[in-house]
Amino acid sequence: MNSQGNKENSMRGNGMGKKVMQGKWIRGILFLIFASFLILGNAQQRFPKPEFETGYEQPDPSTPEPRLQALEYFDVALLLAVLSLATWLALNKRSRRGILWLSVFTLAYFGFYRNGCICPIGSIQNVTLTLFDPAYKISITVLLFFLLPLVFALFFGRTFCAGACPLGAIQDLLIIKPVSVSPWVRKAVGFIPHVYLGLAVLFAATGTDFIICRYDPFVGIFRLDAPVTMILLGAAFLGLGMIFARPYCRTFCPYGVLLGLMSRFSRRHLTITPSECIQCKLCAGSCPFDAIEAPTDEKIRTPALVKQSMRRYVMMGFLLPVFILAGGWMVSRSHVLLSRAHQDVYLAELLISRPELKKDTENLDIQAFLESGQSMDQLVEEASLIRTRFHTGTWILGGYLGLVLGIMLMNQFLIRKKEDYTPHKGDCFSCGRCMDYCPVEKTH
Amino acid sequence: MVKKESYTRRDFINRGGRLTLGLALAGLGAVAVSRSGNKEYVWQIDPFECTQCGRCATECVLSPSAVKCVHAYDLCGYCDLCGGYFKPGVTDLQTGAEKQLCPAGAIERRFIEEPYFEYIIVEDLCIGCAKCVKGCASFGNGSLHLQIRHDICTNCNECSIARACPSDAIKRVPADQPYIIKGDFTREGGEET
Repeated sequence: MNSQGNKENSMRGNGMGKKVMQGKWIRGILFLIFASFLILGNAQQRFPKPEFETGYEQPDPSTPEPRLQALEYFDVALLLAVLSLATWLALNKRSRRGILWLSVFTLAYFGFYRNGCICPIGSIQNVTLTLFDPAYKISITVLLFFLLPLVFALFFGRTFCAGACPLGAIQDLLIIKPVSVSPWVRKAVGFIPHVYLGLAVLFAATGTDFIICRYDPFVGIFRLDAPVTMILLGAAFLGLGMIFARPYCRTFCPYGVLLGLMSRFSRRHLTITPSECIQCKLCAGSCPFDAIEAPTDEKIRTPALVKQSMRRYVMMGFLLPVFILAGGWMVSRSHVLLSRAHQDVYLAELLISRPELKKDTENLDIQAFLESGQSMDQLVEEASLIRTRFHTGTWILGGYLGLVLGIMLMNQFLIRKKEDYTPHKGDCFSCGRCMDYCPVEKTH
Repeated sequence: MVKKESYTRRDFINRGGRLTLGLALAGLGAVAVSRSGNKEYVWQIDPFECTQCGRCATECVLSPSAVKCVHAYDLCGYCDLCGGYFKPGVTDLQTGAEKQLCPAGAIERRFIEEPYFEYIIVEDLCIGCAKCVKGCASFGNGSLHLQIRHDICTNCNECSIARACPSDAIKRVPADQPYIIKGDFTREGGEET
């Protein structure tokens, strides 16, 4: 049987060769365009489908369906419900316990069940790509995941962080003994999310990468499957989070930048006390995130000081353009380096500097490029276009970072008059811990 | 919480900021909606662009990968000496593991009638390494090809295999047409390359 099989095959092989020769001249022109499936086009003639005599029925390849589209809409509805509930619990019901259980649900559903994807944090990149790549079509559910928490933050503060974010929930549940961090350190690390957001937008806009998703430290834990390095990173964040509460939210989360901005101007916000603050200071140490601001000391806040600080504030304001330009110039220096993250730029540079690699059959990227039929000139042209985009992008990124830095410095001069203990609207996650410390609550 | 009687400067800044941000969000939303596809999308491999590099087996966030080999039986020649099943150079057509190309032993070979054999992919064992796909494309009809299996795929926001794919063969496809199964030797409907 085996020898017969071999003969059969060798015969077929000869036939195939002949037909390849015949077919070649017709396909000569098409070769350039359809080079990738020339082999397949000829393969049709290699071994025709047999005529079975034994009544064999050919099976169909199975195609298991993806998750139902309706379920994606259900997720959006659930996000809306969770956001509404979190807002109600934080602002009206004033129940820390309710928020806690809601975050457990969020962690279980959006985290472990839905594997943390899609999440509003990552959706920043989808929205960016929509704005910059006309070929990219964003799905409505992703857009809603991006917009809903921001709209809620604009009206009610960051209730998303409290109850609807699985990444926040997993960190919040593991806060054991939070330590207070000096304001200077907090301000300094508070600059990192702006850098991260800026880079994420730059990389998404140039079609390079989705860095937020790629370096999400918790998604591997939600999936219960990830490379060792990512698991270690996630564990490190959770470990650090036991003493430095919510480390990812406070030092990296790029979506937190947007939420914080919205929340600063929010129409309503969680309050520590249900009625009037009696200045008992009991809540002062209750916030694990140091987001409660003490009343201003009227003895220090003299009219002379207010005047002086106002002058400095305005002077800093005049310096903002300098910050923007300096930032833009400095960051734009890195555009060559950053553009190497793009596959095309990397490949073009590699092939220019080491053309001998074209013979390296082990290098999959180079081999795939050579097989694609694209010419070296096309690749270089493409790569230099991407590099130009990076040049523009890094100028904007640097300008933005300069502006942020300038405003952060400006705010250092500002002494806002505060009469009561209030949560900082930009930094407060609306977790509601402070509410339990307010004695007014008990008597109310 | 003192009730405010008058409209202060702080109120004005607050309201102005809120209005600006609200309008910015609305504008962003409107632009995005006008460009949205009004559909859900999933990831899929275009078998006509796949170069069988083998990264699908290693780059997926899941282990084993959500990419599996799919057999388009319509294209299969039902060969005895299958280039996707046997290692190159095997002449003694036995089903021993040492003769098989598949490192996971995920292809089942069944005799149908002289001289034809059916090849079935055991999906639970398949790791998506594309060794058989390469073999079938080089020596056979190319009926074996890789596809992302949507019962396994978690549909990550950005597919980590797509990022690593040297031939950009992994794309977003509408969720109502989630597979690109080879039904013909050319792309269906004569799509552009």
